[in-house]
Amino acid sequence: MALIICRDAAFAYENKIVVEGLNFQVGQKDYLCIVGENGSGKTTLMKGLLGLMRPKSGTIETGDGLKPTQIGYLPQQTSAQKDFPTSVYEVVISGRLSSRGILPFYSWRDHEAALENMEKLGILPLKKKSFKELSGGQQQRVLLARALCATKKVLLLDEPVSGLDPVVTAEFYHTIEALRRETGIAIIMISHDVRSGVEYATSILHLQNRQVFFGPADEYKESDVGRYFLRGGEFR
Amino acid sequence: MQIFETIGEMLSFTFMIRAIVVGLLVSLCAALLGVSLVLKRYAMIGTGLSNVGFAAMVIAGVIDVAPLALSIPVVVVTAFLLLRMNESSKIKGDSAVALISTSGLAVGVIVMGVTTGITLSICNILFGSIFAMTAADMYLSIALSAVVIIIFVLFYKQLYAVTYDESFARATGTKVEVYKSMLALLTAVTVVLGMRMMGALLIASLTLFPALSAMRICKRFLSVVIASAVIGVVCFFVGMVFSFALDLPPGATVVGVNLVVFTIFSVVTFVRQRGLR
Repeated sequence: MALIICRDAAFAYENKIVVEGLNFQVGQKDYLCIVGENGSGKTTLMKGLLGLMRPKSGTIETGDGLKPTQIGYLPQQTSAQKDFPTSVYEVVISGRLSSRGILPFYSWRDHEAALENMEKLGILPLKKKSFKELSGGQQQRVLLARALCATKKVLLLDEPVSGLDPVVTAEFYHTIEALRRETGIAIIMISHDVRSGVEYATSILHLQNRQVFFGPADEYKESDVGRYFLRGGEFR
Repeated sequence: MQIFETIGEMLSFTFMIRAIVVGLLVSLCAALLGVSLVLKRYAMIGTGLSNVGFAAMVIAGVIDVAPLALSIPVVVVTAFLLLRMNESSKIKGDSAVALISTSGLAVGVIVMGVTTGITLSICNILFGSIFAMTAADMYLSIALSAVVIIIFVLFYKQLYAVTYDESFARATGTKVEVYKSMLALLTAVTVVLGMRMMGALLIASLTLFPALSAMRICKRFLSVVIASAVIGVVCFFVGMVFSFALDLPPGATVVGVNLVVFTIFSVVTFVRQRGLR
């Protein structure tokens, strides 16, 4: 059973269709990279996957015991977070918010999960550090640990490497790949960086206000749309 | 010790005890809420709310109803309105606050102008008065502050998540709008409670200074919250003692003490950072 199945879904803002014809699925251990230009509907689809927006037609279903609120989400870095006074640990454990629900405080289980995920990403020594004093790459790891706290099955990464330097970007891709191999967690990544996308991902979803390609990354490289986009051109 | 004698004398007046009880509770609530308000860039909401509260107080005085009975609902509605305006991009947040606060002042002044023979002192409403608190006000303040503090503690982790990262909180299924409304509602109640003593023009500072001072010295969110609460409460008490001993207006004196603390913390932080480099 797939984790996420999208059947003929379309999304619209006030009856204006933003993206349509979405037919794809994500299963365990899959690594899906969603590519497309600005305004092609990537962010809208992401909202749909997170359950923040309902499809205008068609369906997005989650299976295998996954709820939309159990997708580990790594948002784009926003400027509002830059000077926020918070420790690394506080950020990571806030990923456990949905698992705890309306009950006050965090349980020992939540604390354990937070520590475990920090260990996994090698940021345990930073536990008490102030988030804003970390480097860009370290901050990204912290936010990734928080996302892991929110899920066991799917990570949704929204433009995760924008603003990171090339060395840190490469490190980040390796970390994601290692996580997927070791834990079987599925990865959905929204990215401008098509080249790294086809290098690491197992499948590609190309959007152009509609679905223009969905399939294995190897096939994408050989397809017309893929070749064109990889050369840096725009596909019409 | 001169200082203890002054405090002892101060506490021998019933009106002072009332003012101090209400003030300490309001300072505590304002300081707790202030951390989220400052970090979410909602800091000006307090100003907007208190000026609308001013209009409500004046009208309550003219039509002769209990000030809190009228101003709490009015200010709560304004708080939701401000939040909505903040979200919609038609009028930007800071303009919305400026619009609402100046309109509030204007309405209050007009109502005062057209009514003759009322005993309200505009100066007391704008800058606060120590004699404003009745026993009923005190009990109401205790009850409402208890509610503010309990909600803050119970929903601490949601408030943290919503303050820190709305999009993540939303993605994990948190009803962000609910918690933002909660924040606005609690702020509205706190502002109204503290307004008559601190003054409509000065009450907003209780939500700003302690949080900003705490952020100079603390790096964790929880320590910022705790430090803010302590700073808010201590500054209020010290301000009241000064106000009593030197016969200064209470609201302005409390703000003055807060300003001094903020300045000291800022200088210390600046020197410390320079020293490390």
